Parts: sequence; C-alpha cells; structure tokens
Amino acid sequence: MSGFLILEADGAGAHPAAWRAGRTAPSSVLGAEALREVALAAESAGFHALSYTDGPLPEGPDAQARLNAVQRAAFVGPLTHSIGLLPQVDTVYTEPFHVATQLASLDYVSQGRAGWLLAASDDAREAAAVGRSVADGDRRRAEAGASVEANRRLWDSWEDDAVIKDVESGKYLDAGRLHYADFQADLGNGEGYFVKGPSIIPRPLQGQLPVAAPAALVSEDDGPLSPREVDAVLVSEPSLERLRDGLVRLRESFGPRAEGGPALVAELEVVLDARGLSAADRLAELDAATPWSTGRARFVGTAEELAVVLEELLEVADGVRLHPAVLDVDLPELSALTLPLLRSRGLLRAGEPGNTFRAVLGLGRAVNRYSTEAAQSVAAGTGAQA
Amino acid sequence: MSGGDTRGYTTADFRPSGQIQFGIFFQGVNSGTVWKTPEAGSQTDFESFRRIAQTAERGLFAAFFLGEGLRLREHLGRVHELDVAGRPDAQTMLAALAGVTDKIGLVATQNTTYNDPADLAHRLASLDLISGGRAAWNIVTTDNAWTGQNFRRGGYLDHADRYTHAEAFVRVAKEIWDSWEDGAVAENGVAPSWASGGDGTFARRVRHEGQHYSVDVVPRLPRSEQYRPVLFQAGDSPEGRDFAARQADVIFSAHPQLEDARTFRADLVERTVAAGRHPNALQIFPASEFILAPTEAEALEKKAWVRSLQIGPQQAIAFLEQFWGTSLSGYDPDGPLPDIDPVVEETSETRGSGFHGARARQLADQWRAEAKDKGLSIRQFVTAQSARRDATFTGSYQSVADHLAVYARDGVVDGFNISPWLIPTGLDEIVNHLVPALQERGVYPTEYRGSTLREHLGLPLPVRD
Repeated sequence: MSGFLILEADGAGAHPAAWRAGRTAPSSVLGAEALREVALAAESAGFHALSYTDGPLPEGPDAQARLNAVQRAAFVGPLTHSIGLLPQVDTVYTEPFHVATQLASLDYVSQGRAGWLLAASDDAREAAAVGRSVADGDRRRAEAGASVEANRRLWDSWEDDAVIKDVESGKYLDAGRLHYADFQADLGNGEGYFVKGPSIIPRPLQGQLPVAAPAALVSEDDGPLSPREVDAVLVSEPSLERLRDGLVRLRESFGPRAEGGPALVAELEVVLDARGLSAADRLAELDAATPWSTGRARFVGTAEELAVVLEELLEVADGVRLHPAVLDVDLPELSALTLPLLRSRGLLRAGEPGNTFRAVLGLGRAVNRYSTEAAQSVAAGTGAQA
Repeated sequence: MSGGDTRGYTTADFRPSGQIQFGIFFQGVNSGTVWKTPEAGSQTDFESFRRIAQTAERGLFAAFFLGEGLRLREHLGRVHELDVAGRPDAQTMLAALAGVTDKIGLVATQNTTYNDPADLAHRLASLDLISGGRAAWNIVTTDNAWTGQNFRRGGYLDHADRYTHAEAFVRVAKEIWDSWEDGAVAENGVAPSWASGGDGTFARRVRHEGQHYSVDVVPRLPRSEQYRPVLFQAGDSPEGRDFAARQADVIFSAHPQLEDARTFRADLVERTVAAGRHPNALQIFPASEFILAPTEAEALEKKAWVRSLQIGPQQAIAFLEQFWGTSLSGYDPDGPLPDIDPVVEETSETRGSGFHGARARQLADQWRAEAKDKGLSIRQFVTAQSARRDATFTGSYQSVADHLAVYARDGVVDGFNISPWLIPTGLDEIVNHLVPALQERGVYPTEYRGSTLREHLGLPLPVRD
C-alpha cells in the first residue's frame, strides 16, 4: 500500500543551528518569501502535507521567533493546490471556540486541505503568558480530548445545506439545520468549561478536519482522547529500530485502518549528503555550533539510502513526517532524489490537485453527527463515518 | 482652546489633508448585504474574498476590513435566519489574503473581552510580519454574557468596566509590540545568537496584573516594517470616543453624512487634543454604503431596488420583533404597526448588540404614532427607519464625487469605510467610475504611498513609550 509524506517546515530546519546554514538571512523565517518558497518546493516535490510547529519562544542562542502556525498555513493556502496544511495548535491555553473557527477558516482558504496538528502544552511560559498554571499529564490529555470534542461538535453545528437562500420565505439560513454544541468539558477535579455554539462559520469544506495527535496524548485505554477520536497518530521513538517496533505495537493496540484505526505517522529526522559534503560531516558542523539532541529517530546518509529506510517504514506506517536538518539544503535533495525513487517504486500515494487532506489520509467525507443522515446510520448500526 | 494646551497642541493645529481614502468592509453578517439576487456570491468561499480584495487594491483602497461576532445572532430564541451569516476568522482570512495582495491594509476586528492579551497581540504581530507591515486591529469590546457562553471564562465583565478593561488590554498589547530591540535579529549565520540585544537580552519581558487577567510573557516577535499594527476603534459612546482619542490611530465612525460628520470631527479633534495628541493623529473613516449609476435617476431607481432586497416583508416584521421581543408573524407587513406592547424582558442581549429592553415600550408608542401620522405600513416604516440611520451615498458618479470632494477639502473625514451591498462584485463601479472621478478632482490618491498601512494612511511610526 502506498503511503504519504509530511514535511515539517518550521523555521530554517529541524536542527537548532539550521539558521546558520541557510541561503537567506536569519530573519527570513519571519517573512512571506521563505514561506512561499518552501511550500511551493514541497508541493512540486510531491509531499502530501506541510506541518508547522508552533509554541513559545525557545531559550538560548538558537531561540528563533516564529509566526503563528495557523497564519503560516493560511498564507500558503491560496498559493498551493494539492498539499495538506497542518498547523500545530495548542489545546491547553487556547479557547476551543477560537481554534474551531480558525481551523475551519483555514479549510476554506485552502480548498479543503487543512488538518490539525494537536498539541497540549506543558510549557510554564505559555501558562504564565495567559495567567494560568502548568498542566500535568492527566490534565493535558483531558484538555486535548475536550478541545477535540468541542471542535468536532462546532464543525458539525452547521449542516452542509444550512445556507438555503430561499427568496420566497426570506430565509438565508434554515435554523433547523443549525445545532447548538452544548458541550460541557470535564477536565477532572470538578473543573471544566462550557461551549454553546453553533459555530460562527459554516461547516468546513472537509466536514471534519483530520486531527493528528502525538501518541503521548492518545489513550490506549479509556482515557480522554481515544484512538477513534483522532485521524492520525504521530509516533516518535529514539531509534529507527524502536520506531518500527513502536509502530507495530500501536497498530495492534489501535486497530487496523479498515476497522477505523487512525493512520500511523512515523517521525524521522533527516540529514542528507549535499553540496559535496557527506551527511555526517554536515551534521558534525552543525553540531559544533549547537548539539542536536532530541528523542526522535534520525537518518544520516544519502538520499538513496533514505529511500530504502522510508520504504521499510512505510511497511509498518501509513505515512512519515520528515524533519530535515536544514530546509534550504535537505529539501532540494529530497525533491531531486528521494521522492522520485519512492514514486518510481509505487510507494507514494498519488497527489492530485483538488485533493482534500482527508483524501490523503484515505478518509471519506465525514458524516455530520447532527444530520438526519447520521441519525439514520447510527440507528442502522453502521457508525458515523462514511 | 482645549485642555490639551499643556502638551502643546490645540484644536487649531488640525489640518485637512485635502484627500479622502477608501476602506472596504466585508461584513459577512448584516442585513445590508443583498443575497436575493443571482449575482450574489458566496459569503465564505475564498474566491469571494480574493475577488473583492484584489478589486479594492486596483482602486488603491487603504484597507480591507473584516468584522467579528463571536456568537451567531439569534432572533426570538432561534438562530436568526433572514440575513447573511457565517464568516471566517478574520486573521486567518487576512493571512491568506496577504499572499494574493501586495499593498492593501488588512484590518481584523477582534474583541478585548474574549481574547487573551498575549495571544491576541502575538497573532496580530504575526499578521503584521506576514503581510509586510499591513496589519491593523479594529478594537471592539463586549460585556455580553450571552457571547461568553462560547468561552471558557463565560460572561465576567460588567458593562461599565468594558472600556477600562479594553484600555488595559491595549496598553499591554502595545508593550508587547514594542518590546523587541530594533536590529536584534542576527544579520548572518556567524552571529553568536539568532537574536541579541545590547545587554544580552533582545526583548523586554511584559508583566501585567489586571483585575480579570494576568500576563507574564517574553514577547515572541520583533517589530514589523510599520513597527506595530495600526489601531482602529469603533465605539461611539463618550467613553469609546475618549478611548479612541487616547489609544487609536483611526476611528471607524457611524457618522458619514456631512453635517453630522463635521460635528463628529470637531468633537474628536477636541478629545484628541485633550488626550495630549496632535489633532490629526486620530483619523476618521465612517461606515458607508454607495449606490451609484451613470445618472441620478438611475441611481435612485437602483436604490429602491436595493432597499426592496434588503428589507423584504420578513425582514420588516423581524426588525419590529427585535424591539417587541415577541413574534409578530400574524401582522401584515403591508398593514399598520402592531397594536400590542413589547415584551421587554426578552429583547435584550441575544441580538448580539447593546440594545436593552427598557426603552422598548416608549419606542413602540413613538413609532406607532409616527407611522400613523405618515400613513406608513410596517414595511414602509422599517424602510424609512433604516433610511434615518442612512450611511448611503446615492447618485451619479460625478455628483457623488463632487459631494465627497467637500469632505476632502474641509477635512471632514479621512476616508470612508465602504460596506458593499453585493459580494463579490460590489466594489466594481466604485473602483471603475467613482475612484477616477475623485482622482480627476485631485482628492483621491493616484498611487500607494508606500508598502505599509501606516504609510498609506500617512501616519507616523509610533514612538515607544
């Protein structure tokens, strides 16, 4: 089965010293031109989606400012035609009502190519910025689960045909096709919040945006965010071997795709031979400026060797998210060498203009939980997913 | 002379610019946007926004405005069905438009009650950078607990506190925008760090303890080409005007007609001077609607047609129901005003506006008497009622241009914020015919003055506090 590739496009690259190795001035990450160039290059290379990490300003000499991730995705939305757009949006220190509106809007400006890279911040600085306290692990999972449910209800709160424009009755909307979300979040310890709805924007073009969550936020038991509530799970392990094992284990735990299990996405850092230098030498040079230590599996080698590694990963994962060390350097190699090899081996899902991001993930259009149609399919025991 | 003398400015310092500019307000939720005609396009598809923003840019408009309403309007306990509704998030849409426009300013209406200052200031700074210094914030407030039902914190703010809260919010936002040292970002990859300042820090930490929120943040973005987003303010109460006089760059007013606009300008000049600012530091862009045609007669005919689409029989009844607070569906839109009294308890809040029911009975008596006197039906009365608050300029391209030239010459306003009654083609005649007529009279720009919104408006770069 063919898979999909997501390019993480934050900043100058995944290596903390990437800003030293790019073609452009360090401040270019705050401008329109770099955003446009990376998105167009990734789309023409055949990547299926772009993701944009977000969060507070890091500390230390490599602390780089970043633009809001939803805005970065929105900016490239009208400039691209087939690539999915996945901004990271926090669930702990944000208002679910604002998030649902922003993400639905992103779906409109990108013609149905939006997704949500779910996060649940454990950062004390993000908490202090909005005058809240830091959330522990249980609270973070509860916040993530509640926000996803609030978003999903709001996205469904307009039926697809709620705008009727009926001149005779004078009705632009049919109030009968609009629904209150009436969502009461339970965050534990008697805490929670309420969201009334309906949404202030019609249902997103995709019906429901795909939600991609890091495995750590997804409960394997009866916790707040079950695998059935997300569409993709990002799996990260410190080595390639453990990554493969982790993917196999989670597939067993979450269930096969055919039975409604989420897509599994392997997280992989990438440093390639480029510009006449070996990947190892490039990495050593970058590490001399700032050592790169993360908990993620990393590939260091040639573009051709990477194709083999990805082929193996796609046997146990539905997709891979690549974190290139330096976008300016590694993205051209991926485009020129690795992706064409994978494509020639039939390993990549064909991307077509007009594709929704749901289609990339192999999902049909979501049935609206509030519509008569959904009520009928639930009654018939066929589930809510089309 | 006014109280501003201590800071050195007087009302006599006001100078007409001799020009007017235009903004476009894509309302998305209102009764003025016509949808009952085949030319009416989508209110949500990106192509509608692209089309109208690019048309505005062709007409050298200073700014593209988006509104915000954080709860869907209701009518008699149900979602209001008769008007266009359902609009995208302002900043998400404007970020997308930044990629398909080059010059036009991008104005997001955002609420100070149901946003966090650090988060909102960050997103506006982000929009300002992504657009190359074209962002603005139209500051609105609400105390509305009904809107609060969509948010974690619920309703929490008293009506009387809304401007105090908003002003503290804006001060924090300005501190956040002003916090980075200029030139803090490294020029190349061999610098010791990505961002640096003279004393090793590149940004001032911003702390604020307010009654309703606290902020402790190292701001996440440097300044844009225009330093910080331009600030618009739309409140019309005395508190709202004073707030604008102290904090805003542009007031989005509700006073477009000439004599009313002159009075409003004089009032704002006094308030601005009293706040210690130059009287030209606060610009005025009233809300407006244009119904234009080659001749006066055609324009009047068109106006009647537009009004018939805006105020149909159901809209006329619904307009009265808002004030009566109860269903009037049994009344004939072509008959007299209802003889029953308003049910005042149910009329406040859920319209998503500041109307409070106490005045309703008095208003109903007054309206009934007026309609009877003039022999007006419900529909005729409501149409006349909306004409009273009329922000419409109707006429031939040439006559409207002559009229607007007076505003420019006397400095009555700095521009008009135009709500097109048709989406997405509603600016075409303005750009194709009115703009050239104004340019011929020398009262409208013939090119963009620069690349940032601040430059288009002729506003100086803000000085850090």
